[in-house]
Amino acid sequence: MTPDEQELIRQRQKSRAIVMALLLGAMVVLIFAVSIAKIKAGHA
Amino acid sequence: MTTTTADRTLMVPADWRDFLALTKPRVMTLVVFTALCGMLAAPGHVDPVIGFTAILCIALAAGSAAALNQWYEADTDALMKRTRNRPLPAGRMDRQAALQFGVGLGTFSVIFMGLFVNLVSAVVLAVSILFYVLVYTAWLKPRTPQNIVIGGAAGAFPPMIGWAAATGHIGPMAVLLFAIIFLWTPPHFWALALFVKTDYAAAGIPMLPVVAGERVTRQQIGLYTIPMAAAAIAPWPLGYAGALYGVVATVSTLLFALMATQVAFRTATPDGDAMLPERRLFKYSILYLFILFGVLVLDRWVLA
Repeated sequence: MTPDEQELIRQRQKSRAIVMALLLGAMVVLIFAVSIAKIKAGHA
Repeated sequence: MTTTTADRTLMVPADWRDFLALTKPRVMTLVVFTALCGMLAAPGHVDPVIGFTAILCIALAAGSAAALNQWYEADTDALMKRTRNRPLPAGRMDRQAALQFGVGLGTFSVIFMGLFVNLVSAVVLAVSILFYVLVYTAWLKPRTPQNIVIGGAAGAFPPMIGWAAATGHIGPMAVLLFAIIFLWTPPHFWALALFVKTDYAAAGIPMLPVVAGERVTRQQIGLYTIPMAAAAIAPWPLGYAGALYGVVATVSTLLFALMATQVAFRTATPDGDAMLPERRLFKYSILYLFILFGVLVLDRWVLA
């Protein structure tokens, strides 16, 4: 594997990891918000 | 992506933008819009957070169905000009990744819907994904020119799911919303099929213009417009919508019928015909659905 190929793979892995982290963070926020909404509605 | 070098094959992970492209974001906008309208037109009040979660799940499910559709059709997509630049036929992603992404997204959306919204909407959501992938993509599309008539049901589910998310059940109006999109799909897709006929023929997909010819397709567009028009206006006389919806639906449907009639009775010239009336009908049909569902919500909220 050439250094250019290695660099390309690293770049892809990094951008995918960042997107995945953002999505997981958004999911945590959403689950928290839904839990609060359910508690307010008395479905807890 | 698979990069082939002189003596070996190098596997490069697909870019996240290609995963996004796999979900067909443009198609998703219409799905999200009709689902949102179904939810907002339903009686009762939905908590905004729960409503947002339901719409998100519907969008993810649509993305999952689109990804699985592209996974299954990667070979035929490579044969059509319109689709050959998609991530799989263009070789930017391997099929296994697309399959895992589609199944994962679909499973996640259904579980999330069941846990945080309600069971009825989760069940209909699961049925809609399976219907699109198994019944439409795998079974009907490669076999029969009636593929989009029955397959149209897949695209008709979103407003019904939106309604079920808001109410926890499926009422007659939810079925009517389903019927509107179900009956709208044939004239919409056949108008498209008329001007991309050669593409479908090259891929061996038995779309109606390829199998039965242009004349029959034009007749069918005209015929299917009749029940579609009836379903579109029906919420008004049946008392599910008010006068605002009634007037706008009648006018916009008449315009649709006018364009469909023009397409139905037209004969395209063999050379140099740009298929303008067909392109116009296709474009208007998308706007028509936006108008119909948008005014349904306006009618419920503004005139309430």
